[in-house]
Amino acid sequence: MINFEYSKAKSAKDAMEARTKNPAAQFIAGGTNLVDLMKRGVTAPEQLIDITALPLKQISASANGITIGALALNSDVAENELVKTKFSLLAQALHAGASAQLRNMATVGGNIMQRTRCSYFYDMEMPCNKRTAGSGCGAAEGYNRMHAIFGASDSCIAVHPSDMCVALAALDATVHISGIKNERKISFTDFHRLPGNTPELDNHLQPGELINSIYIPNNHFNKNHYLKIRDRASYAFALVSVAVALEVKDQVIKSARLAMGGVAHKPWRLTEAEQFLAGKQITEKLFQEAAELSLQHAKTYQHNGFKIKLGKAAIFEALTNANT
Amino acid sequence: MDKLPNESRRSFLKNSAALTALTFSPTVLIKAGAHDEKIASLFEKVPLQLSINGVTHKLTVEPRVTLLDLLREQLGLTGTKKGCDHGQCGACTVHVDGRGINSCLSLAIMNNGKKITTIEGLANGNNLHPMQEAFIKHDGFQCGYCTPGQIMSAVACVREGHANNKAEIREFMSGNICRCGAYPNIIDAITEVKNGGQSL
Repeated sequence: MINFEYSKAKSAKDAMEARTKNPAAQFIAGGTNLVDLMKRGVTAPEQLIDITALPLKQISASANGITIGALALNSDVAENELVKTKFSLLAQALHAGASAQLRNMATVGGNIMQRTRCSYFYDMEMPCNKRTAGSGCGAAEGYNRMHAIFGASDSCIAVHPSDMCVALAALDATVHISGIKNERKISFTDFHRLPGNTPELDNHLQPGELINSIYIPNNHFNKNHYLKIRDRASYAFALVSVAVALEVKDQVIKSARLAMGGVAHKPWRLTEAEQFLAGKQITEKLFQEAAELSLQHAKTYQHNGFKIKLGKAAIFEALTNANT
Repeated sequence: MDKLPNESRRSFLKNSAALTALTFSPTVLIKAGAHDEKIASLFEKVPLQLSINGVTHKLTVEPRVTLLDLLREQLGLTGTKKGCDHGQCGACTVHVDGRGINSCLSLAIMNNGKKITTIEGLANGNNLHPMQEAFIKHDGFQCGYCTPGQIMSAVACVREGHANNKAEIREFMSGNICRCGAYPNIIDAITEVKNGGQSL
């Protein structure tokens, strides 16, 4: 690993000022993604600004929702009673992600900020537009079994690997951001971005800005299920994953949220299928039609064509599991 | 390993700047001095205090040194193993403030002031920890390389209440890979310790 300067921020202002002063600096919290990338030489920040002393670990409920500090550990959020009872979709997704050790290190903010990536991004011998602008995409014509089926571009077909983020997208979460000049909020579904012609950018956070917390509004979803399909039973990235939240009364869907992981450069909300499901009586056929509708605009590559059939089956199963 | 005293590299670089001064004009000298200072700061070690297995250590490390490398290279605690070095195999698992983490992905400096427990800290004198006894009894290993990490995770598994059934144990232990495939015996060892009800 290339050496770097280390500093520990005493306040958010400290951290943001240091980051603004040095464009080659990066924030570090859990470090589970960043340290790994630094070891492989994919990234080499001149300076690491340790933000773990900032008071951003709280999980607190208000009348209208729950606020989760950016430095709350993935394991603490997954085991939080309020999260388990009122936002079980989030707890399920967190438990599906990474390993027990990594969940003890990784923070909520870090989970959101982990790189959208694929094996070509990690392999320094291969071209990758995300790692080295203009070098080309090794995956487009390469081994693209894990790659995107929605929203990809010629420059990048990698997927965002988070499970937590898929649940947050489904639950209408908001990202609260601090900047040196002002604070702002951004809808979770608008936080990450599609690759377009600038695949080096994974999200809309500006340099020097810092994620403060995530807010999730209370909801009436009484049927929640997170389904993750992967190559082994645990501790692997999703081939596809599905987050389902339904408000069901007398077997009629009053409102629905559906999001997929492992299919795009960002957590992928399925708003068309959500609208299709709303107001309808639950039947097996309804869930099958929702699954068909969800995948109708998918575009596959040489090795990931299976994700269409798998995606439909996963949506059907997740909807069915949620409703039982 | 760097055996120079803490400040010597920096002093060396400063001295070399002074030597350069003899051969360059004053303007070049200032630039060279500033540059050397920057290079020196990259090699500079930072102070760090850790409690490891109950013993306080006052150390200095380069910022890039991981907790794993600090334990193995600087302190000679080689019980914690380096497997993949990328957080994928769990051989490097240690407890930080009681919780299992991958020491290969944790910068040592970020653990300043924390309590670290490694496999060397589990036994009480000559009395093995109940989980160590159970691994021996159930033959929970073959080559043994992953075992320190398995045992550290296994202790956390029982302590944190995730050992209620085999499926739960398998899920919690999925961050620890055993190339020899001793998984069934590892699960038996954990189940026995869980059923024994001892406080870990």
